[in-house]
Amino acid sequence: MASYSTNEFRGGLKVLLDGDPCVILENEFVKPGKGQAFNRVKLRNLMSNRVWERTFKSGESLESADVIDQDMEYLYTDGEFWHFMLTDGSFEQYPADAKAVGDTLKWLKEQDVYTVTLYNGSPLSVTPPNFVELEVVDTDPGMKGDTAQGGSKPATLSTGAVVNVPLFITIGEVLKVDTRSGEYVNRVKSS
Amino acid sequence: MSDAAQWQPRASLSALKSRADQLTWLRGFFARRGVLEVETPVLGRHGVTDANLDGVPAELTPVAGAPGEGWLQTSPEYHMKRLLAAGSGPIYQVARVFRDGERGGRHNPEFSLLEWYRPGFTDVDLMAEVSDLVVGWLGCARPQVLRYREALLQFAGLDPFVATDRELMRRCEQWLEPEQVMALGRDGCLDLLMSYLVEPALAGVGPVFITGYPQSQAALARVSVQDGVAQAHRFELYVEGIELCNGYWELTDAGEQRRRFEADNRLRRQSGKPVMAIDESFMAALEAGMPDCAGVALGLDRLLMLKLGTSDISDVLAFPLEIA
Repeated sequence: MASYSTNEFRGGLKVLLDGDPCVILENEFVKPGKGQAFNRVKLRNLMSNRVWERTFKSGESLESADVIDQDMEYLYTDGEFWHFMLTDGSFEQYPADAKAVGDTLKWLKEQDVYTVTLYNGSPLSVTPPNFVELEVVDTDPGMKGDTAQGGSKPATLSTGAVVNVPLFITIGEVLKVDTRSGEYVNRVKSS
Repeated sequence: MSDAAQWQPRASLSALKSRADQLTWLRGFFARRGVLEVETPVLGRHGVTDANLDGVPAELTPVAGAPGEGWLQTSPEYHMKRLLAAGSGPIYQVARVFRDGERGGRHNPEFSLLEWYRPGFTDVDLMAEVSDLVVGWLGCARPQVLRYREALLQFAGLDPFVATDRELMRRCEQWLEPEQVMALGRDGCLDLLMSYLVEPALAGVGPVFITGYPQSQAALARVSVQDGVAQAHRFELYVEGIELCNGYWELTDAGEQRRRFEADNRLRRQSGKPVMAIDESFMAALEAGMPDCAGVALGLDRLLMLKLGTSDISDVLAFPLEIA
């Protein structure tokens, strides 16, 4: 297994720390006067999603983690696993468990493409695209002509996600939603 | 990004103009004080023994009288001291120096060092001259003086001359695993506290000299007993928490110098680093007699960072390592 010395640390590098795969977020090189150099490193543990801060003596090294991000189409769920398929033409499928799918569950729509992070060949996490387009399946009746007004109401989308939308939105409309903030962006088309 | 896409300089044109202004100003400063500008080799036959400094090795075609290997210098110190021993009088140099593996917000492996030596000066005399230079160029407040011991007491809560190894190591376990701390040793622990607690705190106290380093961190400074403890006549200047220079009341005792070089190499061997040959030309110059003097090396890129108010060294370098 390859390893990386502190000199090679950079944001995005995937390494093993305490047996868990981590991604390096920040790497600060510090060295006082003529003394010992250190690397002050922020990492996100990809298993727990916690951010760790660790210090290494410059020149220490960490093993690389076999972690890769792949574009995959969401196919279906059998209740226990959510099945994804590589979009590279290989049709290779990967089952992700509830822990890997996590909060992305509320943005999962069949045939849409997600980033699946594989660790040692198994799905570790699923990240939605920044924007998804989903249909409104439930909301209070729309108020026509109220487009300029402020005010909002909750709307339930086809995936189960609930977002705040303007009062004029009606059932059956397709909305563009920002998955990072969970906020409504605009209407894609009218029903 | 491909190399072809990165041809443009990183520093702005105005930063490059400030760099030129800085050089002109510094040369005027030393001309007025009668200090001679010198140039010594960037490529030397020897590297340094210091366990925390790695030079960049160079391969050469051997020529008569010179081997086929050399080192890009980590500082012009040994060559300048040979000039002093030869009777140069006060000298300064603007040198390009190299330190392998050092890259960060305040480090680039190749950087500009202003180094100067003052025969007849003590560390206290030279600190005053450094103050004149830094205050004159930056327009900052005149630096105060804080003893290393006081700085550690105040900002790390322990006395570096009294704390046991165990107490020091305990303190460092806030950031390091116990087995990492074991491998650090006493000075490594002190360096960690300096970087993590003292330096950031110094950012809030105005320009300040730290002086009176532990004997084990004397490097090429002379040592004397003060307040009952052996302390090095070494100083560093911090401005806004940025370490700007490192100076010594220089060691002139050849025997003591050789013992320190040998101790450096023992440390290198312990930490698995290559042992470095001692520069016998430098040793011979010390034996011939180097005048009593004080010397200091000041990072010019950092001085410019402070002048321009940036915290990233890349802002003041035309071509930092990644695009050099």
